[in-house]
Amino acid sequence: MDATLTIQLIIQGILLGGIYGLIAMGLSLIFGVMGVINFAHGQMMVMAMYVSYWIFVLLGLDPYLSLIIVVAVIFVMGYVIQATVVNRIIDYPEAMQVLPLVSIGLILENLALLLWGPDHRSPQTILSLESIWIGPIMIDVSRLIAFVLAIFFTILIFLFLKKTNIGKCIRAASDNRMGAILVGIDVNRIYNASFGLGAATTAAAGVLLLPLMPISPHMGHDFTLTAFIVVILGGMGNLLGALVGGLILGVAELVSTLFLPATLKQVVSFSILIIIMLFRPQGILGGKK
Amino acid sequence: MSILIAKDITKRFGGLLAVNRLSFELAEGEILGLIGPNGAGKTTVFNCLSGFLTPEEGSMRLGGNAIKGLQPYQICQMGMARTFQIVKPFPTISVFDNVMVGALAHGTSLQAAKAVSLDIIESVGLWKMRDQEAQGLPLPLRKRLEMARALATRPNVLLLDEVMAGLNPTEVDEMIDLIKQVNQDGVSVLLIEHVMRGVMALSQRVIVINYGERIAEGVPDEIVKNPLVIEAYLGKEFLRAQG
Amino acid sequence: MKRYHIFLLMALLILVVLPLFLDNYILGIFVMIFFWAYVGQSWNVLTGYTGHISLGHALYIGVGAYTSTYLAQAFGLSPWFGMIAGGVVAAGIAIFLGFLGFRFGLRGVYFVILTIAFAEITRLIVSHVEALGSFSGIFLDFEPSFWNFQFSGNLPYYYISLGMMLFSLAAVAIIERSKLGRYIVAIREDEEAAQALGVNTFKYNMLAIAISAFMTSIAGVFYANYIFYLHPNSMFGMSMSIELILRPIVGGLGTLFGPLIGSFLLTPLSEISRAYFAKGGLEGLHLVLYGILAILVVLFMPKGIIVYVRRFLDPLLRDKT
Repeated sequence: MDATLTIQLIIQGILLGGIYGLIAMGLSLIFGVMGVINFAHGQMMVMAMYVSYWIFVLLGLDPYLSLIIVVAVIFVMGYVIQATVVNRIIDYPEAMQVLPLVSIGLILENLALLLWGPDHRSPQTILSLESIWIGPIMIDVSRLIAFVLAIFFTILIFLFLKKTNIGKCIRAASDNRMGAILVGIDVNRIYNASFGLGAATTAAAGVLLLPLMPISPHMGHDFTLTAFIVVILGGMGNLLGALVGGLILGVAELVSTLFLPATLKQVVSFSILIIIMLFRPQGILGGKK
Repeated sequence: MSILIAKDITKRFGGLLAVNRLSFELAEGEILGLIGPNGAGKTTVFNCLSGFLTPEEGSMRLGGNAIKGLQPYQICQMGMARTFQIVKPFPTISVFDNVMVGALAHGTSLQAAKAVSLDIIESVGLWKMRDQEAQGLPLPLRKRLEMARALATRPNVLLLDEVMAGLNPTEVDEMIDLIKQVNQDGVSVLLIEHVMRGVMALSQRVIVINYGERIAEGVPDEIVKNPLVIEAYLGKEFLRAQG
Repeated sequence: MKRYHIFLLMALLILVVLPLFLDNYILGIFVMIFFWAYVGQSWNVLTGYTGHISLGHALYIGVGAYTSTYLAQAFGLSPWFGMIAGGVVAAGIAIFLGFLGFRFGLRGVYFVILTIAFAEITRLIVSHVEALGSFSGIFLDFEPSFWNFQFSGNLPYYYISLGMMLFSLAAVAIIERSKLGRYIVAIREDEEAAQALGVNTFKYNMLAIAISAFMTSIAGVFYANYIFYLHPNSMFGMSMSIELILRPIVGGLGTLFGPLIGSFLLTPLSEISRAYFAKGGLEGLHLVLYGILAILVVLFMPKGIIVYVRRFLDPLLRDKT
């Protein structure tokens, strides 16, 4: 077994895993605060990627520069989705929550199809093709930047939740809805903001991924499932777990290409998922519920 | 003849010793009261007896057969039924359909199960609402439904978990009559209860537990005068104040 | 209740006689109405009646389709027999899935994800098996004959899918009234309480998932021999899994006629909007409308359309006493 190749794959896995972690954090946040499983998570990310792509094509703004705009747009989208649909189904049994969220995913996916057509799009940004060398290991600059930014955003969100007032309100509402209401927190608005934040987080991850892969309308599913795997790996509702789970999954996926064709790597991910669900359902770091 | 024998039942939740070497026997045809302050471990004992929890130590015998480690449905099939402290009706189906689930136990045919269900529904006084959705019932009727369902399995032993909680005095009396009738029909009853009137009116014997241990046992009249029991419920201060 | 039976009989007669008045295209829409009603009903057994949500039911459609097609192409076995083989394989996989899920206590979302994982893993594996067409899929040769389960024109397919739909109605109606039916509903309502009443919940959960899988896989055989093309993404994919749950949910989850009513509403909508919008280059719009409709139904008619249908028909069908 080629040591260099293995290390290369591990590093690439970590870089990818950081982004997975960011995607999953959004999902974990939504679940942690509202107990809702966002079956449209991947589709929201893809929507962000499309918005970013079109800003790049129409206005020439590099995705990293338009990040703030995209994140804001998707935050609003998430806010509205929560306010109109998800708020009404929060108290529904799980069975009845699945369909509306799956439907939202369906709608977003096909809106993308309608608006932008079925073809794959690949933005060529300045950094897309650059690489740097550390000894025998080659690292794509765009992947490295994506990873660094992903970690940066992850820390940002941790700080936001720990230090700001809104963050504390979100944590309060997540811990004890009734208690939060009793101390005067407008729980509905907090929920809206939380869903928006969850969506925005995954949007940021999407923008970071944009230079790394071509986008197409139907890729949302795979990312929703990836986010699920990471969240269950790390622990539902556990934000640090999302990061840890993401890193583990990223490394597992890439190292598996040593033994399996790349197109089968999802079999590895799903197998990990099943094993965790059977033997440690609360996840590696332990989660809610 | 003891129909239910529990010996040295011990149940731990991590570091918490919920039930500590508890032993008791339920005689055939008897109504045995199981009382104790909140958190004493009474429902945990029921959960152990009915198979929802497995005690770490101790043995349990129903009609001479060991039941430790069996699944709840197997214990029901062996003739012991239970109710839940927080009632668990099948919410979106009718009272009749609820009771039918119990009646179908022991390989009973559909025909026979229907007859048994209607019979029991009438005897607990739910006849008029037999086609109503269970979730539409008020609490006292839900408690009766819970009993009816358990009775439909034609048990030899019935574990009742606070069936009188939340009932007004009239409803308590009705429940007392119902349980007396059930007992007269041959069912042995183990009764967890906080409503003292019920305990006194029904129990032939009473066991008192606190912190998972048996602290007293006897006929109801003796139990209420037992200083250990008074202390468990009302505390040392009260006991001292009493003199 | 005699009026009710007469009504059903009349509806059946109309459906039997209807093809005399319809052209091939409209017949095709009906084929799909009955097909999706059948699939939805099969799914209904596990999710509507037993309460375990499956978002990976495409797995069984794919298993039925690929098993029967493989046996037909490799051994010349008629899909009428291949159906049984497919059903057995599907039931076997379902039992494996069920064993993992029910033995390990996976409920709610965890169970949903387990079903998705199984479907996705199968999709990926089949995509890599040469004998099953790998990434390009399998094209079925069109050799119409009864033995081959292939026919010219939609008329034969109409009666077969009508038969399947009626069979599923009968099967579920029988299950509903039986001990099996009462027990699985009890599991759905409160699994613990069911246990306390003597229900071997593991056994009945397994029965439910096996029956559901078996029934669903037969639809896969039909589908393969109706559209003549198998691809892992369309047979095992999430789109299929989502498509097949829409009609029973919109119609009425856990009810006998829910999947049928849902299919009568959604299938024509889907076929017509797909034809209409795709022509105008608005591909995907019909799915957006689907999604919006599904959300509206869950928000405002959570028990499904059947509630309103019943309210409407009840005064007409009640016997005058």
